[in-house]
Amino acid sequence: MIEVRRLVKTFGLKPVLRGVDFDVEPGEFVALLGPNGAGKTTFLRILASLSRPTLGDVRLAGFRLPGQAASVRRVLGVVSHQPLLYGDLTGEENLRFYGRLYDVPQLEARVAQVLEMVGLAARRRDLVHQYSRGMQQRLAIGRAVLHDPEIMLFDEPHTGLDQEASLMLDGVLRQVAARGRTVVMTSHDLLRSAELATRVDILSRGVIAASYPRASLEPASLPSLYREAIRG
Amino acid sequence: MADQAAVVPVRRGAFGRAVAAVVWKDLAAEFRSRELLGAMLVFALLVVLIFNFALELDVRTRSTVTAGVLWVTFAFAGTLGLNRSMGAEKDRGCLDGLLLAPVDRSAIYFGKVVANLAFMLVVEAIVVPVYSLLYNVPLLVPGLLGVIVLGSIGYVGVGTLLASMAVQARTRDVLLPILLFPVVLPELLAAVKASEGFLQGLAAADILPWVNLLLVYDVVFLVVAWMVYDYVVEE
Repeated sequence: MIEVRRLVKTFGLKPVLRGVDFDVEPGEFVALLGPNGAGKTTFLRILASLSRPTLGDVRLAGFRLPGQAASVRRVLGVVSHQPLLYGDLTGEENLRFYGRLYDVPQLEARVAQVLEMVGLAARRRDLVHQYSRGMQQRLAIGRAVLHDPEIMLFDEPHTGLDQEASLMLDGVLRQVAARGRTVVMTSHDLLRSAELATRVDILSRGVIAASYPRASLEPASLPSLYREAIRG
Repeated sequence: MADQAAVVPVRRGAFGRAVAAVVWKDLAAEFRSRELLGAMLVFALLVVLIFNFALELDVRTRSTVTAGVLWVTFAFAGTLGLNRSMGAEKDRGCLDGLLLAPVDRSAIYFGKVVANLAFMLVVEAIVVPVYSLLYNVPLLVPGLLGVIVLGSIGYVGVGTLLASMAVQARTRDVLLPILLFPVVLPELLAAVKASEGFLQGLAAADILPWVNLLLVYDVVFLVVAWMVYDYVVEE
């Protein structure tokens, strides 16, 4: 579903990604861990077609980036640590707006369905700037799944959420994974990642330094494996 | 790796629907907050007032400086609006939300242009009568109003493109006017000359070259923006 070969990204003379190879099978949930500055967000932005690779081959659902970016975007849902929502529009209006951009058929019914799914049907007519951070993140997930994408990218989705909102988000992530969607999530939370994902990859110094399938991973051992991987 | 997959089919009219969606979103958000229009309008009226006090004008001089004062006011207020329009998208991360949509990115550009143009025309519709009252200069000249619309299209067209570039920089507030004013200079010059021609009642043959320049400028820059917007907004 996702195939990345020898991906290099530089900003000016500074290399951020130095030859990343990365494969994700359909239905897999990959947690991408790594220290600050490892290039996790840059990597996800390239997968999301928001940033051009300097070198290398990137394909999602068979579509090549950046040449077939519009087709990639059609099968992609992205949740960032910023909600990507308009504070001066209501929750319903935000979804309706994005639904029009994605040309979602039977939009009104789909918006109502998604609002119900993320538990915001009762607050659908409230302006988004009146929502709590947790509610905004729930609506952001609603925005990302509105067009029923095959691949979901989550960039540190738990950032700024309290315990209750984080648990709620975990539930939504499990729902997304249970529906057979392919998920890539960046995070700093090792234990949460080990619980949610089917595979944990560690990005360090611009390459995938280690990769652990969930089946062979003891969550308690992850912190030491992580330290070992980032030390190189 | 396998060959490239076939492109996902897009329903007819998707481009127009995406443009309309961006316009609707900008107008609806502005209708609620009135942040952008309020700032542009107050700024434009202040500029007109300052000129009124700063320039001790007799009747004859007034008719020669009116076009210049008007276009300086529109240009300053327009820059303020363009900065805020794109800045709001960037600050809330919504620019990424727009860029993630599976539409030709020029649809986003044209949506922003139409919305920004609407804001600019609203400001101009208020500033022109106020100016007319303060300076006692009759401005309800159909030709002049046409020039204002043409000039605004070009200004907003170039401005939206450059604001999309400048918004990526930390110094965007300073950067936009530095990028915009040199590029938009021929447009402003043509707009001032054509406006002046209509206000002074010059012959059509004297005004037409400036109007033509405005038209060409509008078409050229809208086409250029349509071609390069995808590259401008991508990292």
